[in-house]
Amino acid sequence: MSIRKIAATIGAVIVLGVAIMAVFAPWLVPHDPFAQDLNLRLVPPSFMEGGQADHFLGTDQLGRDYFSRLIYGARISMLIGVATVITSGLIGITLGMLGGFIGGRADMVVMFIITCRLSIPLILVALAVVSLIGSSLTVVVMTLGLLLWERFAVVTRTTVMQVRNLDYVSAAWAAGCSRTHILLREVLPNIVHHLVVVATLEMAIAILLEAALSFLGLGVPPPLPSWGLMISEAKDYMFFSPWVIMVPGVALFTLVLGINFLGDGLRDMLGATRDA
Amino acid sequence: MSALLEVSGLRVRFNDVAEAVRGVSVQVNKGETHCLVGESGCGKSVSALAVMGLLAKGGIRTADTLSFAGQDLRGLTESQMSRLRGDKMAMIFQEPMTSLNPAYTIGSQMAEVRVRHRGGSKREALDRAAALLGRVGITAPGMRLAQYPHQLSGGLRQRVMIAMALMCDPDLLIADEPTTALDVTVQAQILRLLMELQRELGLAILLITHDLGIVARMAHRVSVMYAGKVVESATAEALFAAPTHPYTNGLLDCVPTPGKVARGAELGSIPGSVPRIPLGFEGCGFRDRCRHATDACTRDIPTQSRIPGHDYACVLPSTWPAEHAR
Repeated sequence: MSIRKIAATIGAVIVLGVAIMAVFAPWLVPHDPFAQDLNLRLVPPSFMEGGQADHFLGTDQLGRDYFSRLIYGARISMLIGVATVITSGLIGITLGMLGGFIGGRADMVVMFIITCRLSIPLILVALAVVSLIGSSLTVVVMTLGLLLWERFAVVTRTTVMQVRNLDYVSAAWAAGCSRTHILLREVLPNIVHHLVVVATLEMAIAILLEAALSFLGLGVPPPLPSWGLMISEAKDYMFFSPWVIMVPGVALFTLVLGINFLGDGLRDMLGATRDA
Repeated sequence: MSALLEVSGLRVRFNDVAEAVRGVSVQVNKGETHCLVGESGCGKSVSALAVMGLLAKGGIRTADTLSFAGQDLRGLTESQMSRLRGDKMAMIFQEPMTSLNPAYTIGSQMAEVRVRHRGGSKREALDRAAALLGRVGITAPGMRLAQYPHQLSGGLRQRVMIAMALMCDPDLLIADEPTTALDVTVQAQILRLLMELQRELGLAILLITHDLGIVARMAHRVSVMYAGKVVESATAEALFAAPTHPYTNGLLDCVPTPGKVARGAELGSIPGSVPRIPLGFEGCGFRDRCRHATDACTRDIPTQSRIPGHDYACVLPSTWPAEHAR
């Protein structure tokens, strides 16, 4: 097995693991992630000195079980990642297909919209939206979804432009296919392998952005256990209890790395079958 | 014989910069193979695409007559046209390697054409696809139906393309250099297949090629195109017996014929290359490359008949080849 394949496998295992954690969170947690116990504040993980056996990763500043919060945090991260990719994918792919397939004036409009989006500072807009509407999971997903579509649009537009001039598209025209049919059944299936890669990248970016927004207090509202929020809450205690910031930090790092590995692997795999 | 496809005065312009087709007239009869011959860039493919209504963006088509099976194609809307395409008029392309969609199996691509135009169940369409694959000489058609294009060789893919074109029993098959991308033995098989199918199904074929060998083998009628015009049109026998336009003569001189061309003798060639024809060009497009060009060639060129049914567009009298005996 080549290094690339190993990396892709590791990535797949990580992503699958986190996904299982997210889906089966209620059955996996040893404790209620919201239950506070002020007698057991900032207990170190069980493998460190002073740790307790039933709190595998210790507790936070309110005595909540850190392992349970981490597992529930996976839910938030995956939910935000997937929901953002779906929203931004729909917007970006639609725009990209319109621009790339119709071309001409439609393409100019699409390019203009993309350029406009690229000149919008993401965090600032998120800040404005949150201060206007207030922060909630839905707001975070919508904000990220409405802002992160430009990569989808650019990649879709370029690949559609390449595919629409290929012989099998001409053959489809000659066989009497309608425009919608050609777009959805001839062109889309042949660019989907590019889009899968973009989707994984976007998912990683969305998860990181959510963490950043939560860290700034603009993301998911407490007491929801998002990994970014956990980092944010832990920053005051990091000098004396470093694990409270390291645990969610490592989790975030691992997940994003896993998604990127998986994305690279998918690109190689899907690319290879097409060259045959 | 009645005309299935009748085209006259077909012109195609692109964005007011170039005129790719300048008044082409072609008539394809039922059960007949009509060859369009010419160099690259002379407007063969564009003419065919214009008939199908598939010109690239910016292409503008005008014609005096453009009728298919008695129906005037000029006034048809896009959706009426797409109902004809793939149904009554089918097309196969030069590159079998890229003409099939890599994302679908052979079976689903073939069945789809049938279901779109004729309705019916996918099951029936797949049965028909299997029968047609068998007809075009593919062994184990059931297995092929489930395969993807990348699992097939070039020759097989072109057979699949032909079978796919036949899914709806078309009256007219437009074949745009169907064998150019194939090696010689496969080429011969495909041509034989096309001839057999034509005899069986009474297909009219508009065959676009630059290969005079294919013309000699396949064609009932030939139209030689040069710079967007048909310069000579005749039955295949008449054309090869007495090529009359200087361009046709030049083309035939380029083909080595065993027994006719002397050992060591230089093979003929036409000096220069196909010129770019600007808008509003007058006279003969071939005059810059023609040995017999005179001042008359800059004016309107008359279409003359050597014998009825053998027309050529040149100022020279039909007896000139004999006078300039080679």
